[in-house]
Amino acid sequence: MKVEAKFLLFLAAFGAVVALLFWAVGLAPNYRTITGGGTIMLVAVGLLGLLPGGYYLWWSRRMTPRAEDDPEATPEQGAGVVGTFPSTSIWPFVLGVAAALVGLALVFGFWTATVGLTLAISAIIGVVVESRRGGIH
Amino acid sequence: MTVLAERPPAVGRPEEPEHEHGPTGLLKWITSTDHKVIGMSYMITSLVFFCLAGIMAVIMRTQLTSPDNTIVSQHAFNELFTMHGSLMLYLFAGPFAFGGLANYIVPLQVGAPDMAFPRLNALSYWLYLMGGVTMVSGFLTVGGAADFGWVAYAPLSNAINSPGSGSDMWIVALLLTGFSAIFTGVNIVATVFYLRAPGMTMFRVPIFTWNMVVTGILILIAFPVLTAALILLWCDRHIGSHIYSVAGGGVPVLWQNLFWFFGHPEVYILALPYFGMVTEVLPVFSRKPVFGYRGMIFATISIGALSTAVWAHHMFTTGVVLLPFFSLMSYLIAVPTGIKFFNWIGTMWRGSISFTTPMLFAIGFLVVFLFGGVTGIFLASPPVDFATHDTYFVVAHFHEVLFGSAVFGGFAGLYYWYPKMTGRMVRESLGKASFWFMFVGFWVTFMPQYLLGLHGMPRRIAEYPSTYGWTGLNRISTVGAYLLFISVAIILVNFYVSWRRPVPATANPWDAHTLEWAASSPPVHHNFTWLPPVRSERPVWDFNHPDHLSVDHHQEHGRRELVGAGVAAGGAPPSGEDWPDGSDS
Repeated sequence: MKVEAKFLLFLAAFGAVVALLFWAVGLAPNYRTITGGGTIMLVAVGLLGLLPGGYYLWWSRRMTPRAEDDPEATPEQGAGVVGTFPSTSIWPFVLGVAAALVGLALVFGFWTATVGLTLAISAIIGVVVESRRGGIH
Repeated sequence: MTVLAERPPAVGRPEEPEHEHGPTGLLKWITSTDHKVIGMSYMITSLVFFCLAGIMAVIMRTQLTSPDNTIVSQHAFNELFTMHGSLMLYLFAGPFAFGGLANYIVPLQVGAPDMAFPRLNALSYWLYLMGGVTMVSGFLTVGGAADFGWVAYAPLSNAINSPGSGSDMWIVALLLTGFSAIFTGVNIVATVFYLRAPGMTMFRVPIFTWNMVVTGILILIAFPVLTAALILLWCDRHIGSHIYSVAGGGVPVLWQNLFWFFGHPEVYILALPYFGMVTEVLPVFSRKPVFGYRGMIFATISIGALSTAVWAHHMFTTGVVLLPFFSLMSYLIAVPTGIKFFNWIGTMWRGSISFTTPMLFAIGFLVVFLFGGVTGIFLASPPVDFATHDTYFVVAHFHEVLFGSAVFGGFAGLYYWYPKMTGRMVRESLGKASFWFMFVGFWVTFMPQYLLGLHGMPRRIAEYPSTYGWTGLNRISTVGAYLLFISVAIILVNFYVSWRRPVPATANPWDAHTLEWAASSPPVHHNFTWLPPVRSERPVWDFNHPDHLSVDHHQEHGRRELVGAGVAAGGAPPSGEDWPDGSDS
């Protein structure tokens, strides 16, 4: 997990350095420029690396070592249950259609959103129930 | 039924595959959360959009064959180039890579049973399909489809200059596909961070998967900005805000800043996955390990990071951007890209190269992308850009970059993984024919466009007068476009032939290196019935060729460990003299 953390923290450092550089160059009086938006976006790039990267670094020192981080790990060490994976489900399809109908309300008026929101709510309920019960068959 | 995915215990006899008692037929495609089914859906859908956009390109080239041509109207031409760009960039090049091939291949390459969030993955596909259908249905509206270019610059894209619901449908389509891309980005990053096989450390993950991780992060950086910018655009169009209009105190160039802050990382979101595909293909058909594995990863990360800080090189001529800053950052990208080229050539150097179809497309990518990259360096210089901006020079440049990566790289990847995904081989003869048509057609189409640009022909014009001397070059370019059309037709025929008269593929027909080739072709439900030990970035090669083990990149005690000490069938670690010399076979 340390490599993942360092990867994201590199992005954070890059964002910070470039945001600072961009902001500083923009201060020069000769340029009629708009740098406010760009600086904020570059700071956001840094934050996008900092938040998960910082968390991973914090967590990587506390977690039990993983077989996937161990260069010497054997397949036996990773054998067994990996996780719970949902089987077939109709709800992603319903939610996708619902999202499209909600989006099309921006074009055709609010009525498509009423249909879309109804479908979305039913899909959310469906997904939750399915997760507890386990699939459609 | 919720399935507890189990990882198989060890090397050994393949067990009976786990049976899936799911629905079949159309219901299977609608309800499946299997990354392989979703990946196939993505690939088929994006290839349909590719063909549609290609047909639009052929219509445009036909229109431009002769001066003052009237095959399509000015308005229709505007719709065509807008939708050609939008379909190719938003609905083909990106989704084909990170939705299609990455979805299929990344879990296999890291030894995972599925993507980390299978239902979110399915939702991504449905959002993408709905977005795509919404965008194309713009043609059915009264005013026609969006016609403000794929970049939708303000104030052209406001309600006065571009009225009609086609433009609004374009906005909604991008909102939907944007969320789809964000979800896929999260999914890919989470899969690689959390679902790797034992021993598959981050520095043993194949380059394709590494590139997809960087792409996933870039998606998370770029697409939210586009989504926000589009919502503001909609507000300007419909509820009377003035964010992008001077009249109300807004700033039109803010749209360009927001759009290109998305748009430039987007270019790398489109390119990096294809770099990854080529990096998988070149070593396999050179029968060598990839040259400079770590250098490739660091180059990818550098390209990804730098791509967030070069957006305004698309806006040099606005006069309100920091020219030296963006010019310098754009030049810097040439360094990691150069490292990649060096490593690609180093991978092939003194290798035992077999010129199969995927290899031909990969080499075609190298040549084409190099030209696109070099003209990109020209354009990073503001004086050159001032002269050539909005001419066909730029059109030729970005077609070389994007066609080079998404089409040459993409078909290299598709031909390479086709046996894995379908369990069938494609015909080499047809594959090679398609390559040569494409390679020749490509140069015939786009080299004249460089010259046209230097002669001053602007982008996005539907007609030109005969007195400007542009006719001959335009005719040549159109002939090239038809060659490209034939090439894609041959590819489709090839897939059809392999579908109707199948030649079965083995699990590892290319003697390839990475973990996906340990699964059957096509892989069973939850992918693996056995896993080889992972001791380098080439676990399947190490397992199949214990005499030619890879050198691992994990360094201990100041010297390189020879991998597979416990992998070799004899059990005894090979001595130092047996280290592979780099040519490796």
